[in-house]
Amino acid sequence: MVSKKIVLHFPKRLVDRPIVYHLIKDFSLEFNILKASVTPEQEGLMVLELKGKQEDYDKGIHYLTGNGVIIESLSQNVIRNEGRCTHCGACVTVCPVGAFELDTVSRQTKFHNSKCIACGLCIKACPPRAMELHF
Amino acid sequence: MPKTIEEINLKIKNGEAVVFTAEEIISVVKEKGLKKATEEVDVVTTGTFGPMCSSGAYLNIGHSQPRIKLGGGRVYLNDVPAYTGLAAVDIFIGATATPDDDPRNKVYPGEFNYGGGHVIEELVAGKDIRLEATAYGTDCYPRKKLETWINLKDLNEAVLFNMRNAYQNYNVATNLSNKTLYTYMGILKHNLGNVTYCSAGQLSPLLNDPYYKTIGIGTKVFFGGGVGYVAWQGTQFNPTVPRTENGVPKGGAGTLALIGDLKQMSSRWLVGTSMLGYGPTLTVGVGVPIPILSEEILKYTTVTDEEIIGTIYDYSDAYPNRRAEPIGEVTYAQLRSGKITLQGKKVPTASLSSYPRALEIANTLKEWLKTGKFELTEPVAPLPSVESGLTFKPLKERPIEH
Repeated sequence: MVSKKIVLHFPKRLVDRPIVYHLIKDFSLEFNILKASVTPEQEGLMVLELKGKQEDYDKGIHYLTGNGVIIESLSQNVIRNEGRCTHCGACVTVCPVGAFELDTVSRQTKFHNSKCIACGLCIKACPPRAMELHF
Repeated sequence: MPKTIEEINLKIKNGEAVVFTAEEIISVVKEKGLKKATEEVDVVTTGTFGPMCSSGAYLNIGHSQPRIKLGGGRVYLNDVPAYTGLAAVDIFIGATATPDDDPRNKVYPGEFNYGGGHVIEELVAGKDIRLEATAYGTDCYPRKKLETWINLKDLNEAVLFNMRNAYQNYNVATNLSNKTLYTYMGILKHNLGNVTYCSAGQLSPLLNDPYYKTIGIGTKVFFGGGVGYVAWQGTQFNPTVPRTENGVPKGGAGTLALIGDLKQMSSRWLVGTSMLGYGPTLTVGVGVPIPILSEEILKYTTVTDEEIIGTIYDYSDAYPNRRAEPIGEVTYAQLRSGKITLQGKKVPTASLSSYPRALEIANTLKEWLKTGKFELTEPVAPLPSVESGLTFKPLKERPIEH
């Protein structure tokens, strides 16, 4: 079983089609909608937690991309505004998954995007408000 | 062997000054020895970049037509209240001022996304600021209402005047309770979940001159990206705290009141800051040059994070209830390693003051000194040191009889 959080961007032409429905019907995937913004005649966005057998998951993703849905991993959506970050390091002990790390040589605070689960805790904890949630 | 400030200034003018940062000087002295290094080195530069709440700016906005007396009235800058208890068009905006309609901690923990510190950052960045004022009106100042955009370049004076900056060492904070705390020391997780600290340590100005032998009133400094001066000792000045053998205070001791023209400063070094559940503030960049006038003065600048001790306090009980009950001591080297052991538990650490940006300040000041852009000043009066016996008194409450 795999379970991943992904962001789906639907181009305008797909917004009216029951794309996600096929994930259940054809690929037996479970999903949990974390966020959705779908408006007719506009681009749509959906944040999903997608769960199923690896084989089905891969097929499902293939189906989505084949239909023109653009998929991003969720972590790409918490962004550090490098212009505002002062590298103080206040975020380091706030992040529940250790996505921030103090580089003991450069003393800079590194942000490991791949570890981020987009929980958003760092956003209000950052004193200069350098962490931004982008969907 | 130039060992007066005047002689060092001559070398600075000729572009010949030998300058190191407080980080570099550690290995320079290790290599050359104290005596030889004292002969060769002219200045050691320091730096610190952290949230400093006792910061603010006074502005003279010029007289409107007809005139308005803001003194005794109300003034808001981008909805943030400014102090008006001064002459007609002088106002003061403090770093922690909060808009009247901010929910503060009614929705706990309050976010405090905008306050006085942010107004100062935007002002120094050259952005237009919305001023709204009401006044009572007088025969000579008849106007009662004023709404206008103001801009830094149009103000008569805009002066950053911080009454307490650059704390010489500071408390190290943790949380022994079973709930999360939102403090000026950041988010403190329950049951010793983390430890936070806020000092540039071996780069910090007053930790490199622990007995204030060179830093005094009139010392010219790097201030908010521009040039400023030490105006006075900072508030809560407390030179008599316990010190290590090297003279390093084990907790908050000396502080600096600083002053400088806001118009030559930069928003890179004055950053509006929001402490969740605590309030808005201003992160300030300060750097002080230390003239190497003797072996003793140089020796103090070689202090390392291994030798600087911070005292740990519980911010769930001892700190808020003002009980001097430390729960441990730790060196800044240990804090900077990312984890310390406290009460048998490995606890992760986080800093609130930026070491890389403090280093950038020390390097900028070094560059200014090496290129003749910045000359040293002779202090006009010393700061009170240990022998002054000065202490930081708590408030003695005296109940008011009704």
